[in-house]
Amino acid sequence: MSAVEIRGLRKSYGSFEAVRGIDLTVETGEVFALLGPNGAGKTTTVEILEGHRQRSAGDVSVLGHDPGRHERALKERMGIVLQQTGVDEYLTVREVVQMVAGYYPAPRDVDEVIGLAGLGEQRDQRVNKLSGGQKRRVDLAVALAGDPELLFLDEPTTGFDPSARRQAWETVRGLASLGKTIFLTTHFMDEAQALADRLAIMADGRIVATGTANELIGASTPSTHVHFRLVDGVEPPAGLGVHAAASAYELETTEPTRTLHELTAWALSAGVELHDLEVGRRSLEDVYLQLTADAESDAPAGAAS
Amino acid sequence: MSGAALALRQIGYENRAFWRNPPAAFFTFAFPLLFMVIFNVLFGADAARFFTPAIMVFGVVTATYTNLAMTVTIARDEGILKRLRGTPLPGWAYLVGRIGHAILIALLLVVIVGAFGALAYGVDVPWVHLAAIVLVLAVAAAAFSALGLALSGLIPNADAAPAIVNATILPVLFISNVFFQMDNAPDWLDAVSHVLPTRHFADAMLGFYGLGDTAGAGVPWLEIGVIALWGVMGVVAAMRFFRWEPRR
Repeated sequence: MSAVEIRGLRKSYGSFEAVRGIDLTVETGEVFALLGPNGAGKTTTVEILEGHRQRSAGDVSVLGHDPGRHERALKERMGIVLQQTGVDEYLTVREVVQMVAGYYPAPRDVDEVIGLAGLGEQRDQRVNKLSGGQKRRVDLAVALAGDPELLFLDEPTTGFDPSARRQAWETVRGLASLGKTIFLTTHFMDEAQALADRLAIMADGRIVATGTANELIGASTPSTHVHFRLVDGVEPPAGLGVHAAASAYELETTEPTRTLHELTAWALSAGVELHDLEVGRRSLEDVYLQLTADAESDAPAGAAS
Repeated sequence: MSGAALALRQIGYENRAFWRNPPAAFFTFAFPLLFMVIFNVLFGADAARFFTPAIMVFGVVTATYTNLAMTVTIARDEGILKRLRGTPLPGWAYLVGRIGHAILIALLLVVIVGAFGALAYGVDVPWVHLAAIVLVLAVAAAAFSALGLALSGLIPNADAAPAIVNATILPVLFISNVFFQMDNAPDWLDAVSHVLPTRHFADAMLGFYGLGDTAGAGVPWLEIGVIALWGVMGVVAAMRFFRWEPRR
């Protein structure tokens, strides 16, 4: 059975439709990322799965339960990290995890949970003495306390510094290796690419693409991306489809061998250097920007939030 | 664990967190005593027999109604309630934990005020009424807790909580035989005040100390009944208005 199944999900706030009929399936044991810009409907979707919001239409199944019914049997099997922290400030990390562990029938060992969240050194500190990043980890520890099969992470690294993000990624990978199903939302492409087995891109309340990162990159124009800089005053060659990008030049080609040959031949004969020359396939970020931009231009005026 | 066991456990955690903030804990108990001292200075030591039970009423209302309306609103704004909603802890078990702790603090306050009245002002503790006192306190603490929870559902956000909570309770206490005796109040105001649970709570407590209409009348069933009725309305309103998430 799939861990999460969504069919025709819709959610309206008054006249504004935040989620406009989406279908998604997340398999057991999978790390799934829901990627999209702010206001795309990601949090609304994940909060419906968590039971925090009621859907307007459609079918939702989480571990075989309807999350809208607030069944204890479902809550015993899932863990939630919300976008914002909410933990008793005057209890220690260990006390908070122990308190929450008691809500579950088969909790994971408290100290092991604290270790998984990377809070071993802070275990006896009160939550109000912790830094912002450490409080986010308390959130994670609380979500792990019940040893859930399914974990929801809503923008888990927003506001983290780069090293804290890397640590959080390692934690998520560790959880995935324990066989947990992980449903995460993010607006960072690299995060989705680094963590997710499969991802869906959401824009303007709709799913605009699903698949592995490689599939998404391959499914859009299978082109190669060339990037270079020229010294001031030198104009790039005509006829190769070169376009100016921020202080550099870029081109897309489906014939990279021929195009590079022509470009370097031009540079040699003109006696100019192709500074910072980069050749690569399109990144997930390019695909993402293109798909989300397409979705926005299709949307009726005034519908974007 | 069963819901009841979880609720008891929750009281323990609430209690632990409460004492971890000593300034807050200190002023929770010092505040009513400060009122008692000031009133006795202003109105003379004879007033202690009135103010001992009156400040007990004030303390219980503060520790339950005021405290829960404020702290539950803050917990909601901080996302603590929303987070709990995502765990298997039954919502009622959490709230029973909060209420249970509030009632314990209220009872401790009553003991402190009673002891202070006896030791500092020689106001004898009416031990003969102990069982009735405990009954009144239990019903009142539960009723004012329910009303506090109901109010928190109506408060839009934590910033608005102190203003709204004070506006709903201070004027009510002023006309309820708590800060001022209602002996000389106009009839219409006296009638209004008799609709309120605070007035009946105060009259019951004053009666135990030999003051007012219910003095020496045994168990003040009428007062208990009115307070309980308000408590039931509080429970109904709390179920109708309580929210787990901040208002957006």
